[in-house]
Amino acid sequence: MHTSIKKWFELLVVIPVATVLTAGCAGQTPAPTSGLSGTIEIDGSSTVFPITEAVAEEFGKLHPQIRVNVGISGTGGGFKRFVVGETQISDASRPIKDSEKEQAKKNNIQWIEMPVAYDGLSVMVNPQNTWATSMSTSEMKRLWEPGSAIKRWNQIRSNWPDRPINLYGPGTDSGTFDYFTEAINGKEDASRPDFTASEDDNVLVQGISGDPNALGYFGYAYYVENKDKLKLVAIDGGSGPVLPSVDTILNGTYKPLSRPIFIYVNMAALSRPEVKEFIRFYMTEGPKLVSEVGYVPMPARAYSENLTKVQ
Amino acid sequence: MRNGSAFKRHLKLRKIKGGLFSTLFLGSTLVGTLVLIVLLADVLRDSAGWLDWQFLTSYPSRKPEEAGLLSAFFGSLWVMMFTALFSFPVGIGTAIYLEEYAPDNRLIRLIQMNISNLAGVPSIVYGLLGLSLFVQALALGRSILAGAMTLTLMSLPVIIIAAQEAIRSVPEAHRLGAFALGSTRWQVVRRIVLPSAFPGVLTGTILAMSRAIGEAAPIIAISALVYLTYIPTNPLDRFTVLPIQIFNWVSRPQEDFQHLAAAGIIVLLVVLLSMNAVAIFLRNRYQKRTEE
Repeated sequence: MHTSIKKWFELLVVIPVATVLTAGCAGQTPAPTSGLSGTIEIDGSSTVFPITEAVAEEFGKLHPQIRVNVGISGTGGGFKRFVVGETQISDASRPIKDSEKEQAKKNNIQWIEMPVAYDGLSVMVNPQNTWATSMSTSEMKRLWEPGSAIKRWNQIRSNWPDRPINLYGPGTDSGTFDYFTEAINGKEDASRPDFTASEDDNVLVQGISGDPNALGYFGYAYYVENKDKLKLVAIDGGSGPVLPSVDTILNGTYKPLSRPIFIYVNMAALSRPEVKEFIRFYMTEGPKLVSEVGYVPMPARAYSENLTKVQ
Repeated sequence: MRNGSAFKRHLKLRKIKGGLFSTLFLGSTLVGTLVLIVLLADVLRDSAGWLDWQFLTSYPSRKPEEAGLLSAFFGSLWVMMFTALFSFPVGIGTAIYLEEYAPDNRLIRLIQMNISNLAGVPSIVYGLLGLSLFVQALALGRSILAGAMTLTLMSLPVIIIAAQEAIRSVPEAHRLGAFALGSTRWQVVRRIVLPSAFPGVLTGTILAMSRAIGEAAPIIAISALVYLTYIPTNPLDRFTVLPIQIFNWVSRPQEDFQHLAAAGIIVLLVVLLSMNAVAIFLRNRYQKRTEE
């Protein structure tokens, strides 16, 4: 009988090992080598992720020997790993905080900040909503500030319908939430708490597209992919209502809800040729890929400035 | 006559009651089955046309038509292999000790109670434990090994409890018979208890493994990677697993990625079902052999 136990163990261990090894070999395709190798570890914001992933994908075609790992721990989670030297590059949808700077200093980590794209935060309503075509920043503030008592649309403007208003927004861990609260309410993380929050922007898309009384905000890239299900609200920052678009985000008229997003690079890691090459590639090929994944590229000057920081 | 009609009326009522409950119980059985069918149909519909060879043999990509789950698939395979390797012997060993060797004292009862409680601890808690214990304290890094050890911790209570049940169900008479013939404790365990407890142990292990392969939460704490373009070649490599890859696709704005997620779910289900099938096959073969 014990021989059966032995057989069972064989099946349990040998089969998976064999599958891994054989398939592992079969999966590898010979590719040209650039001579560079090594591992680049990147983590951070899920907003910046699509850009970094696109760059890593194209980079990988030229340098198949370099492993580029990209994670999505969030801007804060990414910095936690960056300031202890665990990652070489950190994706961030907001600038590094003072507390994070201090930690980096304590661990002797020096870094460079590189803006890589603009992201417009779009404010959206359900397509059935015919009244809310534009809102001023002060109306937005009255609606979203902590302790706001607005429960119905006609409390914002008296000629709007007497219907309940249901709010949607990103979760408190996201850089988008940090930025929106700072830009609209004047203080980071200050927001009324009674809104449907999700870290997953698709949940917000579905919520707003299925609820005629909804109002919510999230990254412009998500609006672009779901244009038919959502309706944009123009934002009046003091000089007339402006809708977010590539043009208004780039020329700065879509205020105050457009923001730069960044990568942070560990200075010490830049001495490694593969990291340096990756950053060089990011800044030269990046602009093309940025618009491909739905973001607004910075002016060309910004990328060349980033490049000079590397050289 | 009056008595007879009262009996008839009563009988009718009893029959109605009986019928009512049988429908009620059938109804509750159908709830679960229906949900499963709806889920499967939905996923199959969403994945139609996306689950192809290219999908199985490609790395993640920003372009849905070029994306695949090769790295996540092998990540899951590696992690499950080591999880099984660690948790199976330790789990059975613990169960054998507790059932066959351990004295009945307060310490053992405390251990037993803790094992039962651990089976109900949420998986993210194991993830955080794994992060500080294996990744940081033991300096294994965010590696396959650290992930597998974390899932091992998570699976152990379930395996131990199932193995204990199986060992307990071996008739005492078999043990006593063997002892009477002069067997030692170890001989009894190896020749009498383990063979007949094995099918039950196997079932428990497979249940635990099935739960482990579908876990995203503890692995996110260990390795929040979603873009990885190589098949891990050693246990200390970085890795990602199927549930994380699926989760990442679900949270993308482009609709095509939702189809990829559905295709990924199918792959995960197939892996899970084939694991179960292997276990059931082995169990049946084994059961037959013990009966002979």
